[in-house]
Amino acid sequence: MNTERAKDYPLRRREVVAALLRDRDEMLVVTGLGASSWDAAAAGDHPLTFPLWGAMGGTVSMALGLALAQPERRVLVITGDGDALMGANGLASVTVQNPANLSIVVLDNERYGETGMQPTHTAGTTDLAAMAAAVGFQTTGTVRDQGEFDAVLPAILRAPGPMLHAIKVRAEDLPLTLPPRDGAHLKDRFRAALLGPEAG
Amino acid sequence: MNDTMPAAPTWPDEIFRILRDFEVAQMAYVPDAGHARLIERAVTANEVRAVPLTTEEEGIALLAGAWLGGERGALLMQSSGVGNCINMLSLAKTCRFPLLMLVTMRGQWGESNPWQVPMGQITEDVLKLAGVLTFPVDSVDDVEETVLAAARMAYEGPAATAVLLSQRLIGAKSFGK
Repeated sequence: MNTERAKDYPLRRREVVAALLRDRDEMLVVTGLGASSWDAAAAGDHPLTFPLWGAMGGTVSMALGLALAQPERRVLVITGDGDALMGANGLASVTVQNPANLSIVVLDNERYGETGMQPTHTAGTTDLAAMAAAVGFQTTGTVRDQGEFDAVLPAILRAPGPMLHAIKVRAEDLPLTLPPRDGAHLKDRFRAALLGPEAG
Repeated sequence: MNDTMPAAPTWPDEIFRILRDFEVAQMAYVPDAGHARLIERAVTANEVRAVPLTTEEEGIALLAGAWLGGERGALLMQSSGVGNCINMLSLAKTCRFPLLMLVTMRGQWGESNPWQVPMGQITEDVLKLAGVLTFPVDSVDDVEETVLAAARMAYEGPAATAVLLSQRLIGAKSFGK
């Protein structure tokens, strides 16, 4: 494990997430437990963002069900390396379905941010993009600086998937910006925004 | 004694018809011998998407996402898979997602693999503790109305529900004796 290197990664998670969501249009967004959900809230609370406060390891699987139900909409996952590792076998189930509208971004700071910044396996030799490629993702990448991020951003938002990009972001403690925490409310407002007020 | 599985059981076809009546669009599963016929129906039907999983908890999250997107789903597993779902069931409970689990029981009635018994014996209790409404069914004659009742409470509640298809109903797996 290397617990020093991520402190110097140039990309900052809040700026990455703000860029991902800047022109979101009708994109559907599922964010993973912890810092990824706070990052999305910092970029602006939105009814078509479903921020998970729990269910660790379930973000990718949840987005898969959503992507299959809404094949005409772009579905973007924004999650962390801890959640992605816990639900890593769900990546294999994604490739069986092969949804072209699903794009997964892992904000990889090599830390469990919510529990005290302990290192995850990606602080060692574990490579999330390589794991995704190994279970059958055709499009994967690891993004390490602003130039690489700017180059790949249009593909993350629009190119045919499924795809997974691990974005190496600085390990840093940031101020909490919290989305609503009532899960039933989050679900109902998402469905109302997507399917109409009667869906609720 | 030969395998006690009855020849060509029709209850899986009844379940499939009910799921279609409820407009279930995604059928997620980790295989079990007791669900073989129902899985085959899901895989071959054009109007249903079959979603094979590597572990059952994926299915709890998958079907929550399906519901966010306006589709109903059902989750097929054997009782050992219930143990894999426990933390993920908090998603269904906290957000009040509809959930219909169809669980084929092991470790319960004439089980010849002792490793199946611990999870099979606590399956219903564990589901209840996790806030799931349970619907055990022991007889072929009761399958249809039980699945119907559970589906109603799942989708019209919404509620998290599990139909427990007894090993007595399915037939205990034989290990060659």
